Amino acid sequence: MRHHLILRVITKLLVGAIMLFAFYVQFHGDFSPGGGFQAGVIMAVAFILYGLVFSLHDVQQVFPPWLVHKLIALGVLLYAGTGVVSMFLGYGFLDYGAFTPDHPAHGQHYGIFAVELGVGITVTAVMVAIYYAFASRPPRLSDEEW
Amino acid sequence: MSVESTHVAMTLNDHLPILQVLVPLATAPLIVLIGSRRLTWSLAFIASALSFVIAILLLMQVIDGSVISYQIGGWAPPLGIEYRVDATNAFVLFLVTGISTLVLPYARESVKSEIPARHHTLFYAAFMLCLTGLLGVAITGDAFNVFVFLEISSLATYVLIAQGSYRDKRALTAAYDYLIMGTIGATFFVIGLGMLYMATGTLNMADLADRIADQGANRTVRAAFAFIVVGMGLKIAIYPLHLWLPRAYTFAPSAVTVFLAATATKVAIYVLLRFTFSIFQPAFMFEVNTLEFIILPFAILAMFAASFIAIFQSDFKRMLAYSSIAQIGYMLLGISLLTDTGLTAAIAHLFNHGITKATLFMGVGILVLRSGGSFYNRIQGMGKTMPWTSAAIVIGGLSLIGVPGTAGFISKWVLVEATIEKGWWPISILIVLSSLLAVIYVWRVIEVLYLKAPLAGTNYKEAPLTMLIPMWILALACIYFGFATDVTLTASRAAAQGLLAGSAGMM
Amino acid sequence: MGFELTQEYIFGHLNYWLFSVLMMTGLYIVVAKGNLVKKIVGLNIFQTSVFMLYISMGKVTGGTAPIFPLDMQIDPDVIYSNPLPHVLILTAIVVGIATTALGLALIVRIQEEFNTIEEDDILKIERAITQAENAIHGESMGGPA
Repeated sequence: MRHHLILRVITKLLVGAIMLFAFYVQFHGDFSPGGGFQAGVIMAVAFILYGLVFSLHDVQQVFPPWLVHKLIALGVLLYAGTGVVSMFLGYGFLDYGAFTPDHPAHGQHYGIFAVELGVGITVTAVMVAIYYAFASRPPRLSDEEW
Repeated sequence: MSVESTHVAMTLNDHLPILQVLVPLATAPLIVLIGSRRLTWSLAFIASALSFVIAILLLMQVIDGSVISYQIGGWAPPLGIEYRVDATNAFVLFLVTGISTLVLPYARESVKSEIPARHHTLFYAAFMLCLTGLLGVAITGDAFNVFVFLEISSLATYVLIAQGSYRDKRALTAAYDYLIMGTIGATFFVIGLGMLYMATGTLNMADLADRIADQGANRTVRAAFAFIVVGMGLKIAIYPLHLWLPRAYTFAPSAVTVFLAATATKVAIYVLLRFTFSIFQPAFMFEVNTLEFIILPFAILAMFAASFIAIFQSDFKRMLAYSSIAQIGYMLLGISLLTDTGLTAAIAHLFNHGITKATLFMGVGILVLRSGGSFYNRIQGMGKTMPWTSAAIVIGGLSLIGVPGTAGFISKWVLVEATIEKGWWPISILIVLSSLLAVIYVWRVIEVLYLKAPLAGTNYKEAPLTMLIPMWILALACIYFGFATDVTLTASRAAAQGLLAGSAGMM
Repeated sequence: MGFELTQEYIFGHLNYWLFSVLMMTGLYIVVAKGNLVKKIVGLNIFQTSVFMLYISMGKVTGGTAPIFPLDMQIDPDVIYSNPLPHVLILTAIVVGIATTALGLALIVRIQEEFNTIEEDDILKIERAITQAENAIHGESMGGPA
């Protein structure tokens, strides 16, 4: 893997930018098109690109499979947990007004923020998990046979 | 939005509808997050038992015909998503959670022997997701939400069926076939919903019902109905669309088959009921025609064709799968009569067949656990070595035939009553005739179990208590509901009247 | 007159025509192709046609993107497209991805177990298994089943 020098250099440059863009889409999703789904996929692209250009082994050292599986679950729990908190505050499930009863619009903001964060985490982890699941299968063809 | 300054704090009781779905939904990721193989089963069981308690509480609140509405996120319907519990779906919720609570103790041993230990946490997580999906489909009052939950349960189901590949690799192709057919079905359903949305501009079920009643039947609404019936037909396994079912049930792990046979098709039938009676009006001519000239003949065909195929099977589990298709025929027959009694029969049979098939499939699972297979010559003579299991299978078999004193009798009796009431006595005769076919295939099992000599050199122990007790609870339920007829019939009749009252019942 | 009608009929309902053609293409691939991966491709085309139907449904003639300006000063003269179908389809796309991923995962497992992903070959193997089973288990109750 000493060749593909340009690919590797560009990838190293891009991965950071992709992640930054993912965060932008995630956190600016309140005001403009975006949100957890899109940001999650973009974030996953960073990891998948890294895995494609370097190797599965390298990317799994950064983002180990067990962590991926836990994050899938964590994101869903974050989403459901937001709803449960609003329930404990005496409001309906996912009624974000519960967080700031005096100013429901702010509550909406906080609630959407937490929920979209959960979505983003789960989508990132699911996408990476799908990539791992397929990429980690032993290949049927050796590299030369392609 | 709850913008009013005097906010009345909601109590736990108000939250029951959402908790019904939330408890299993949150348990699934929790199981994965904790990842402990020892805690997994207990977590799943506690969640299921909690859901069961919630379902009972809900059923008690709505049995008198009242309706509970819960607004997700505080957005009022028809804009927001609404959960709506009435007698019909409370009954379905009760069945689904009850079966899952009985299946889980049973699953513990069965899953241990059929699935490698490293997959156990994910297996129970998928089971919880499947339960979530089924409960969500039943409880939601939003048409698109039905699709989302349907897909949650279906995707989990494909995974669960594929887990049978450790016993037989054909489970993989069975799961694949189901995935293709199920996805086509779900997509047809979405096309139908899209057309409804085009015609009415709303997705809330009660609102849909009102607006369709206002504008009457037009081509868009008719096309939507066709797409929804075909889509749900694939999920229900209405006779010509049933091809995925026998293979999926045969090759899935035993515990999964029990759960699916008793709940998944039943929930799909509930969706069909909801759309046929609450959203579209039975007053529409196109709907009457569909039910009378398409569903009814196919239902009768299913009763006979599937029963005939069941007779000639040499595998107990596959035989039961075909018998399920025949039994679905009875429910559809009840629905297509479009009368109060017919609908009562369909809903009662939905419940009775659920517990009957669960008993039988549990019996098969135990036989598989001990003998390693469910072929007739593999399990022959096990009536002597495993008397308790075999006795429960006999009770289930009798209920499947519809022998007086069992649950199966009650619903078939009401069904016959409904056909006579409508004056369609040839159909009553057909019901009785097809029950005779059931006698043949059930008798074959009894003969194999009791009248054949056990295989030489085998001495199977009786099943572990954790499997026997759930099976016997269900077997006794088959008998109990055969005598305590007013319990099921009252609930079914309340549900049927609620449905036939149409949108009035929804409001 | 005839031309007018055709124009109205074809171009006025262009999204429905595209939807029908794509839908039938997808369904045809699912039914006709023997390769399991191609079936999944067909399924995806089929689902995509439905996404198109929904999204074209949300378009309001002359409508702009349904995003409110930051200062929330909404001009009542501006027409917005209907965002609801998009949101619904976002969910449906996620479901579609999950289905595709699961289908492909099943195909990988089928390939490992059956050593082929051609439907005909798989059916042959399965038939052989069933025949072997019937030879052992079918005879006990009067003839193979």
